[in-house]
Order: sequence, then C-alpha cells, then structure tokens
Amino acid sequence: MKPPVFEYHRPASLTEAVDMLGGLENARLLAGGQSLMPMLAMRFAFPDHLIDLNRIPALAGIAEDGGTLRVGAMTRQRDLLDHPVVRARLPMLAEALEQVGHRQTRNRGTVGGSLCHLDPAAELVAVATALDAELEIAGPRGARTLPMAAFPLGFMTPALEPDELLTGLRFALPALPQGACFTEFARRHGDYAIVSAAAILWPRDGRIGRASITLGGVGPVPVRLEAAEAALAGQRADAESFAAAAACCGALDPMDDAQVPAWYRRRLAATLVRRALTTAWERADVR
Amino acid sequence: MSAAGEKDYQASPSPRLAPGAGRVVGQRVTRLEDAPLVRGDGMFAADVSFPRQLAMRVVRSPIAHGRLLSIDTAAARALPGVHAVWTAADVADIPPIPFRATKVRGLEPYCQPILAAGRVRYAGEPLAVVFADDAYLAEDAADLVVPDIEELPPVLDATAEPAEFLPGHSTEPTVVRKEYGDVAAAFRDAHAIVELALSVGRHSGVPLETRGAIARYDASRDLLELHGAAKKQHWNRDEIARLLGRPPAGVHLFEGHVGGGFGVRGELYPEDLLVCLAALRLRRPVKWIEDRREHMVATNHSRQQHHRIRAAVDGQGRLLAIDDVFFHDQGGYVRTHGARVVDLAAGMLPGPYRLPAYRVAGHFRLTNKTPAATYRAPGRFETTFVRERVMDAIAARLGLDRVEVRRRNLVTPAEMPHARPLDTLGTAVVLDSGDYPGLLDTALDRFGWTALQADLARRRGAGECVGAGIGFFVEKSGLGPSDGVRIAVDKTGGVELISGAASVGQGVETVLAQICAEALGIDYRRVRVVRGRTDRIEFGNGAHASRVTVMSGSATYRAALAVRAMALETAAGLLQAAASELSIVDGHVVRLADPGAPLMPLGEVARHMGPDSALMVGRTPGLSAERWFHSAHMTYPYGVHLAVVRIDRGTGEVRVERYLVANDIGRAINPMLVEGQLAGGFVQGLGGALFEEFRYDETGQPLSTTFADYLIPTLAEVPPLDLIVSEQAPSPLNPLGVKGAGEGGTNGVGAAIASAVDDALRRPGAVVSLPILPRTVHALLRT
Amino acid sequence: MSAEPVRTVAFGVNGETREATIPVRRTLGDVLRHDFGLTGTHLGCEHGVCGACTVLLDGRAVRACLMLAVQAEGHEIRTVEGLADAAGALHPLQQAFCDHHGLQCGFCTPGMLTTLVEFLADCPDPTAAQVRVAISGNLCRCTGYESIVAAVLDAAARMRAA
Ligand SMILES: Cc1cc2nc3c(=O)[nH]c(=O)nc-3n(C[C@@H](O)[C@H](O)[C@H](O)COP(=O)(O)OP(=O)(O)OC[C@H]3O[C@@H](n4cnc5c(N)ncnc54)[C@H](O)[C@@H]3O)c2cc1C
Ligand code: FES
Ligand code: FES
Repeated sequence: MKPPVFEYHRPASLTEAVDMLGGLENARLLAGGQSLMPMLAMRFAFPDHLIDLNRIPALAGIAEDGGTLRVGAMTRQRDLLDHPVVRARLPMLAEALEQVGHRQTRNRGTVGGSLCHLDPAAELVAVATALDAELEIAGPRGARTLPMAAFPLGFMTPALEPDELLTGLRFALPALPQGACFTEFARRHGDYAIVSAAAILWPRDGRIGRASITLGGVGPVPVRLEAAEAALAGQRADAESFAAAAACCGALDPMDDAQVPAWYRRRLAATLVRRALTTAWERADVR
Repeated sequence: MSAAGEKDYQASPSPRLAPGAGRVVGQRVTRLEDAPLVRGDGMFAADVSFPRQLAMRVVRSPIAHGRLLSIDTAAARALPGVHAVWTAADVADIPPIPFRATKVRGLEPYCQPILAAGRVRYAGEPLAVVFADDAYLAEDAADLVVPDIEELPPVLDATAEPAEFLPGHSTEPTVVRKEYGDVAAAFRDAHAIVELALSVGRHSGVPLETRGAIARYDASRDLLELHGAAKKQHWNRDEIARLLGRPPAGVHLFEGHVGGGFGVRGELYPEDLLVCLAALRLRRPVKWIEDRREHMVATNHSRQQHHRIRAAVDGQGRLLAIDDVFFHDQGGYVRTHGARVVDLAAGMLPGPYRLPAYRVAGHFRLTNKTPAATYRAPGRFETTFVRERVMDAIAARLGLDRVEVRRRNLVTPAEMPHARPLDTLGTAVVLDSGDYPGLLDTALDRFGWTALQADLARRRGAGECVGAGIGFFVEKSGLGPSDGVRIAVDKTGGVELISGAASVGQGVETVLAQICAEALGIDYRRVRVVRGRTDRIEFGNGAHASRVTVMSGSATYRAALAVRAMALETAAGLLQAAASELSIVDGHVVRLADPGAPLMPLGEVARHMGPDSALMVGRTPGLSAERWFHSAHMTYPYGVHLAVVRIDRGTGEVRVERYLVANDIGRAINPMLVEGQLAGGFVQGLGGALFEEFRYDETGQPLSTTFADYLIPTLAEVPPLDLIVSEQAPSPLNPLGVKGAGEGGTNGVGAAIASAVDDALRRPGAVVSLPILPRTVHALLRT
Repeated sequence: MSAEPVRTVAFGVNGETREATIPVRRTLGDVLRHDFGLTGTHLGCEHGVCGACTVLLDGRAVRACLMLAVQAEGHEIRTVEGLADAAGALHPLQQAFCDHHGLQCGFCTPGMLTTLVEFLADCPDPTAAQVRVAISGNLCRCTGYESIVAAVLDAAARMRAA
C-alpha cells in the first residue's frame, strides 16, 4: 500500500496552481489528502502529477462578510468546526462536521476536498446542499460561482472542468428564525454515514412556514425531499406531519448493494427524516 | 540447555503455591513490558531492518477459483531496482506448508503450496513474489506481473454438496464425528425436541500489527535467521528447516514485539518460507511486511460455521441428548491447524451442562475463500453461541425461565471432576473443577438480574426496545504436553528466565517474572524474561490456547523453587546455619526467625556458586535450574456473560448498554492483566457478535479488505463492562491452581448478545446468525 | 513515469531539524520510520483508519500515513519518541498508560499517546465521554479500551495538578 510514482508540485499562489492544472497532463489536486492518499495507497488513482494546494494561503480561511460566511476551500474541517460563527449561527454545519471522520482526519481534511471528492455519504456534501451554499470556482477562463445544488453531476463527479478548482464557498447566515438538525446513521462512530438527513424548519405563526429536507447517502448525489417539503408548508409541527413527511421516503429509489439494500436505505431515510424534523422543530425559535 | 548447577533438588512432587495472594503473585503490579512500548522503543516486525535488505512483495490472485495458465513476469523483471521475480516454477522444490498433526488423517493433499501452481483457490492466494530495493519499487513491479487465469466456478457455500478439489479428492477432506450415549433412544423418549439452524459469520483476529517476516542468511556461520516470528517459534523452526532441507540448529527464529496474536499471528505462512528461501538464494536480507489489504485476504480467517442442531429434553427442561451436524467453512486450503477448530467445536459444544447422550458430525469443507484457522476461543465462540441458543429455545418451548433452564442442567460441584466420554485435541474432556451454579448466582447478583427484569419491563412499557441476555461458557486452557523453563541468578542478583513460551502482547514476561519472584523471594523487576527465540532454548511450545500461564508458569514455579533450594543450601554452608532455618526475602537470605535482617544478597550466593568458587569443585557451577511441567489434561475455566441491549426501532441498530463477564480462572497471577485479557477479549467478541465479517460477493471477491469495510469496534461502540475475576475453583492440575484467562472474555459474547436481542424483540429464537446486523434486526421488527 | 522524482526536505522532528533527500511519493510515516529511524510511529493500515501512525504536526494530531513527507517541509513534527522529557522522564500520559494497563501489545499506543497529547492540550479537564470520542479514531485490538480511558483521566488530573 505504497503510492505509485508521481511528480510533486507545490504552487505558492492560486494563479500558479491554475496554470499547473491547465498545463500538466493527468494532474490531480492534493488538499487534505484524507481521501486522495488512501486512494493512492490502494493504487486506485494513478496521477502523473500531484499539485499540492497546502501552500496557498489565500485558499484557506473563514471570514464573515455581511450576511454570509466565506470559507476557503483549503480550510481544515477542524477550523470550520471550531469557528465561533459556525457554532453560533450555523449549528447544523457544526453538527455535521463533528461526524466527519475523527479529530485527526479533521485536523488535515479540508472543506473543499470533501465537496470535490463528493462521496455520496459525505456529511459536508449533504449539509452544503441543505444550506444552499454557493461555490466559488477558479480556472484559466476566470472565476465563476455555482449553487451547491448544481455541483454534483453524478456519482463522485463534481461540475468542475479538468482545469478548474474549487476556491471557496459561501454560506448565507440565516436571518429568519429557524431550527435545523443534521442526523445520520453510521455503523461506527466516525464512519461515513450510510444515510444522513438535514432538516431546516422556518416557523410561522406557530406552524411550519417552510421546510427544507436533504438526504445524503440515498442516491449518488444528495436528494432534496421536495414532496415532503411542500407537504409540510403551513402544517402543524406534530408527530403526524413529521411521519407523513417521512413517509415520502417510500417513493425514493435509493442505491442498492449487498450490504445496504435499497429497502433498508429507504427505511433509514424515513427514520432520519422524522428525527431530523422533530429535533429541528425543538430547536426552532417559535416564540 | 544443560542440567546445570544442581545436585538433585527436585521440587517434587509439585508443591502447590498456597491459596490467596502472595507477595507478588496475585498483585496488580505494573508490567515489565511497558516502558519501551510507551516510549516508542518497541521492536515490532516492521522495525527490524538489516543493511542491504531487499523488500519482498507478493503478487496475489485477483480471482477466487481458476486454472493458472501462465504468469508474465517480463515487465516486472525489467524494472530498475528489481532483483528477482519468482513463480511456482522457481520454488517447485519446496513442499507445501504442513499442519500440526492430530488424529485426523488424509489432509495432506489440501495443504497450501507457497506459490500457487496450476490452480488458484482464493482471491489473495500468492501467485508470485517480487524482490526489489524497497517496498515502493517492489509494489510497482508486482503491479506489472500479469497472471493469466481461466476462471472456474467458485465454491462459496460450505453447506452445499461437496465438489471436487482435485481428481479423487472432494472438498470435504474429513468429517469429525464424536458420539456417546444412546442418542436415538433419547430422542425417541424425549418430552420435547428443539431444532435450530444457526450460523456464525467469518471473522478473525485481525491484530493491529500486520504480519512481517525478515530473513537473513549468515554464510560465515551457515545460519539462517527469521525475525518477526511469533507464537510457535520452535515448531515453525523445525518445519522451515525440514522444508528447506537444513538442520534445525542452522535455523533460528526470533520474536520481537508482537502487535497482537489472537491465534492468527505466528502460524507458518507461505511468506515465512519465501523470505527464508530468498535470503538463502539471493544472499541478502529479505524483508516482507504485509499490508493491511493483504492481511484481510492472506492471514487466517476463522469462525464460519453453520450448525443444524437438535436437542432432546425431558419435561423439566433437562437435556437428554444433543445431535449436531455442522459445516465448517475452511476456505481454500488446510493450514497449520489441520482440522483443529472442527475438533474443538465438536468436543466443546456440550459446555457446562450434564449431557447424557451426544452425537456430532463436523463437516470440514474447503471453499474458495481465504483459509481459516484458530481465533481466540476457537470452536468455543461458535459452539457457545449454538448451545446457548439451544438453551434459550428449550426455555421458550417449555415456558421456563432462561436462567432456570441453565441451572437445571449445569454440572454441579459435587459432580466434579466431570469426565465426558469425549475427547478433544487428543485429550479426554474432564471438567477438572468448578462451581458453575455458584458463579452463575454471583454473576446474576452482581448484575442485579432480578431488579433488571423489572426495570426492562418498565422501559418496554414506555416504548423502548430493550432486553437482557445470558450465555454460560466453558473454556479450555493449559494444553500440554510439557514446557520447560531455565532460571539463572547472576552475581548481581539479577535473574534470567529463559522460556520456550512466546508473547503476543499479553504480558507473559510480567506474569512469569511474578511467579519466579514469588517462589524465589525477589523483586519481580529483577527478572529478565527471554522468550520467543529458538537460539536460547531448544524446546518451546510458544503462546497459544491460553497455555502460557498454566504450562510455562508452572515450569517457572518449579524451576524457581529449585533455584531457591540450591541458594538456601549454599547459603546455609556459608552462614553455618541449617537450610531449613533460612529463607529469601527481597533478594536477600534471611533467617526465618528474623526475616527483617538481611544476611546475604542472592547475588553473593550466586558468586559463591560460580565456576571459580572453591565450593563448586567437582560440581556443576551456577545458581541455576531447569524444570519442566508436564500435563496430560487440559484445565477448564468457565464463566457467564450477561448483557443488556437496546434496539433502535428506526434503524435496527443494537447498542449494548451494559455487560458483565464473570470468569473463574482458578488463580489470577496478576488481576490487572486478567482484567485486561477479559476486557480485550470481550471487545473482540463484540466485534464478532455485531460488527465484523469477511464478506464475499457471488464470484468470491472479498468485500472486506480495508478497515473501512471490516468493522473493528472503536471505543465509541464499547459499553461499560463489569468483570468478575473468580478464583473459586483453583485447578488441581498444576501447582499454581491457574487456568488460562485469554479466551473467556470472547467466548460467550455472541451467545449473550443474541439472547438479549431476542429478549428485546420479545421473540425467542429470532437471532439465528452472527453478526447481528442492523438491517436484519430492522427486518425482524417489521415482521 | 520513469525516473523516480526526489526532493530534499527539511523539517523539525522532536525539536531537531532533520533533512533527507527522498522520493516525493514517500509518506511521512515511512520517512520517520525508515529514513529517520523513528520506528515508534507504527503503520497499522496505511489508509487512515487505525490511528496507529498519528503524529503531531505543529501540535495537531494527524495521520502520518496520509501525508507525503515532502508536505512536512518547514513544519514541526512530534512523535512518540518526543514525548518523554529531556531527562527521559515519562510524559504523564505515558506513565498513566503503564499504571492503568492501558496497553497490551503496545502497537496502538504511540498513536493513542500523540492523539491524547493534543486532546489534553485542548481539553485539560475532560469527562470520560469526551475521552471516548477523542480516541474513537484510534483502534486498539487488545485492551478493550476501558483501561485507556482510566489512564487518560488520571493523566489529565496529574497534568492539571502539575
Ligand atoms: C478514517 C477516515 C474517516 C473518514 N470519515 C469521513 C466521514 O465520516 N465523512 C466524510 O465526509 N469524510 C470522511 N473521510 C474523508 C474526509 O476526511 C476527507 O477529508 C475528504 O473526503 C476529502 O478532503 P481532503 O481535504 O482530505 O481532500 P483530498 O483527499 O486531498 O482530495 C479529495 C479529492 O478532491 C479533489 N480536490 C481537493 N481539493 C480540491 C479543490 N479545491 N478543487 C478541486 N478538487 C479538489 C482532489 O483532487 C481529490 O480528488 C474520512 C477519512 C478518513 C481517513
Ligand atoms: S496507519 Fe495511518 S491510520 Fe492506520
Ligand atoms: S494494545 Fe494492542 S492494539 Fe492496542
């Protein structure tokens, strides 16, 4: 389990990195290495060039900017988790980050790396979708932005051209009172989720004004449970409505494999949706 | 090892160590092993390096079953830094890996060649080896080796009709049968018969350190050394010597630190022979370190069995007979254990219960998976699960309490020793000692079993899905036939203890040092324990089957007593006293009448016994002795496991909330170490009960090849554990009264958790297989 | 690729600057072990799960199997060999592991210790529950973990008192 031969590059600036990415054949970006290094060790990946993003200061950092929180792609998961604004204003993000691997992997693993790796079960992928994060992408043709919902094209395939990289993302800091919850089912602590659910409820007049429900691990890309979101709008926030919302998971067409058959994923999804909604409502400020 | 420095101080006939805690035996002293390990100064296999060494890399079969047509090694050979690439043709003179003989015959055709020839029989089987300047290059080269394999349909189900292994040999080399009593009559006259089909999943020891083997050949002394050895140095040495056509004295094995054994580490594997052969042929040291993905397909698997069991009982729920047919999924080849696990399973299945009649047929079957062998509590984890499922089924059938059914069937102290007309591992099964009902009561009491039932009922009323379970087990330990230890005291009073035992991380050094120190009257920290090497002692039985404390411990006790007697006799002469008036305390000779006044340090006595001492003229010098301990019988520890589980109805997840292991081990030399064994064993059992499984797809591709797919419990999955280390029933079979403590923590976990899950589901008999997966439980909740 | 690309790197290891010219693909774990002879850092899986290879990178616990050694350039690495003090006295965590039988084979121990050094620096007065989460990323196959939790709580108390 030793990595194959590659050439190693260490750009000091974003421009340099973009140039390298455009200029080198079969190049791969190295962020925290917590997914790429195992893939190299197992020889699932054979890049000719590794472009190490760890020495580009501009790519890391967290800044509050008006109503948004801007997070550099190379920000360590640990730093985002510890950030006071995240703790205070985006607790669901913290809740998800706590379940990404372990302390040691979060010390190294980056926010951008997780999004670009795009594992269907990755917590950050689900929660960035739920929070409607906006992604910043750089390439030889300049910078562009993309809503998170448009980022996953398919199984582990981000909407990046081969010569583009993710530079950061923005989370809108919630203005309206809301309650949110991220919950997942994994076999062991720190494992990737088998299924995860992120729910946000915006109360109005003691009822549910608007609902957002996102499922991770069900399909190759995160799934918004739109039927349930629509059904919940205007409803009373009680066990009955939440159960009805959860029942919408019956219509899902999840991934199916020997370990986790589709029927079981569907039931896990229903359980987690119900739980996430219940907790989100408990956390919502309904006064 | 020569009979040294002694006339005839026979410590005979095995004086017994007085019951209760001694000055150092029975004390929770800290371990001698720890200091280098916490500093990072350990010497594990991968830490051994020699100048000019080459790295070996194994090319493994990507296919479960097929005809090996050819292997193209040209590209690998051409890579700079590559020194050699071998396939079966290059090692055709080396016979397959042998097995340690048991009564079972006819296994030879099933042994594994060191490189596959003609057929491949499991994904992961060694096909070729590459030798290169370093491990990175070796892996590059191995990737360039291209085997051409014509796929054959794989055999993946040991319960299916046997297929052909080789012309004239079926995939069922043997059926282990045991029987006593009138089974047919018992079933005919039974009040009730319960019948179950039960499976145990494929899992194994998976130590945190992978295997490693480093060989070097010293031509100047014509000596071949193998480092990274463990567990069975002497047997392995003898076999390596035989297979390579060398005299045993020209081959030495060295055990350094070992990162966990659990049965799988230290067996003789193809890679051990390959590095030795390469060191001889290439005349350079050769190092092989298994990587984790290799480990998951190359190192012994274990456990996978399917049982079809029937039990006949009378109206009171007393067992009249058991009739069990089981299928043991051995994988691609027979390995060094032969059919031992099947034999143990068959011999140990009756456990702690009075069983008038018994019949068992263990079908030993080859499949196209990684070969299997022993893993902590081999044959017992499996059969305790099976037997205790039967006891729960009897309770359910007769409407009896689960505990009561067990109580009615347990062998009582009055029936001890309890001989069964049955043998296992070639020794008769005689339960040597024990108070089974007594330990059951102690455990239930400590767990608060009665109050617990009420509490669980209340919680169920509140909608929770909770239950309690029980598993009673009998272990075996102290497999003979013999072990020897040599103890020598130097002029400074330091003690060297040389043993043929091995250590796989359990604390063997500390335990032997404690026993030595107790008998000799010294500080245990002055004992340096030498183990795991063939160059210091010519016999040894290594470390397995929970035998070290019993066998090597007893030999240590006898040798230390002999040294003590010699020291006192010499001191008596020097001090003009009678030896019977003297003792040794804290490393000094004292008068029994005045033990607080040291008269002479032990080192001084040793100096007077040196080769240039006038006292030794005409005698063999040295304050040293070698003693052996022989045992024809095993000793049987026993115990109870109790569990409380909570099931998450939404996911089917089983969380163990509380757990208790009660284990009688006769005497705890160091209770802290015993607790460590039980706690560690328990978590391994928990893995087998709920998490760990080597899965295969329908083509025989292994699916559990990383630590992300093979789920070893982390701290977060481990419940609070309560332990009862009982010393109610010292073994009459050895001077220390000890029984092994290595396996009782693992043995009953599958049984107790299955019982608790049934109870939580309120469905007796719901659990029929291990591991108990969330999706299975979830499905049960819906039906 | 043909010729193996190499680089010369320099970084601090346990307070000393170490330099080596190494193939760029060599992991930090391998370089510590083979090039610098610091074999206390163990490799149990080489894919990031077991935690045995954990070292401190500028004070943060990271997997040494998931970093290239060239990435450590200019950083400070602390390994298990750097935990005892200059006079050789054991770190309180090391001592507590001995006292509480927090190790059996000792293979997982270096990674446990380094992980815990960071954890106790961040959280000097942890609860047992916090300890359980802190080392859930370190597998131990021998101890059953409970004795490790006891050792950590004891070490934390000793360190607070010191
Ligand atoms: C033991 C363990 C447990 C884990 N558990 C979880 C878990 O529970 N949940 C979870 O979500 N993850 C888990 N992970 C993976 C997580 O830790 C990784 O951090 C994450 O998946 C990848 O982030 P990284 O920064 O390490 O990226 P890398 O591994 O360096 O890169 C991942 C991929 O993204 C690409 N990439 C990286 N950055 C960019 C960029 N800025 N622009 C374009 N492409 C880029 C790389 O080229 C590569 O293909 C676990 C990892 C380990 C080792
Ligand atoms: S070796 Fe690095 S985590 Fe296992
Ligand atoms: S002590 Fe052996 S793995 Fe932890």
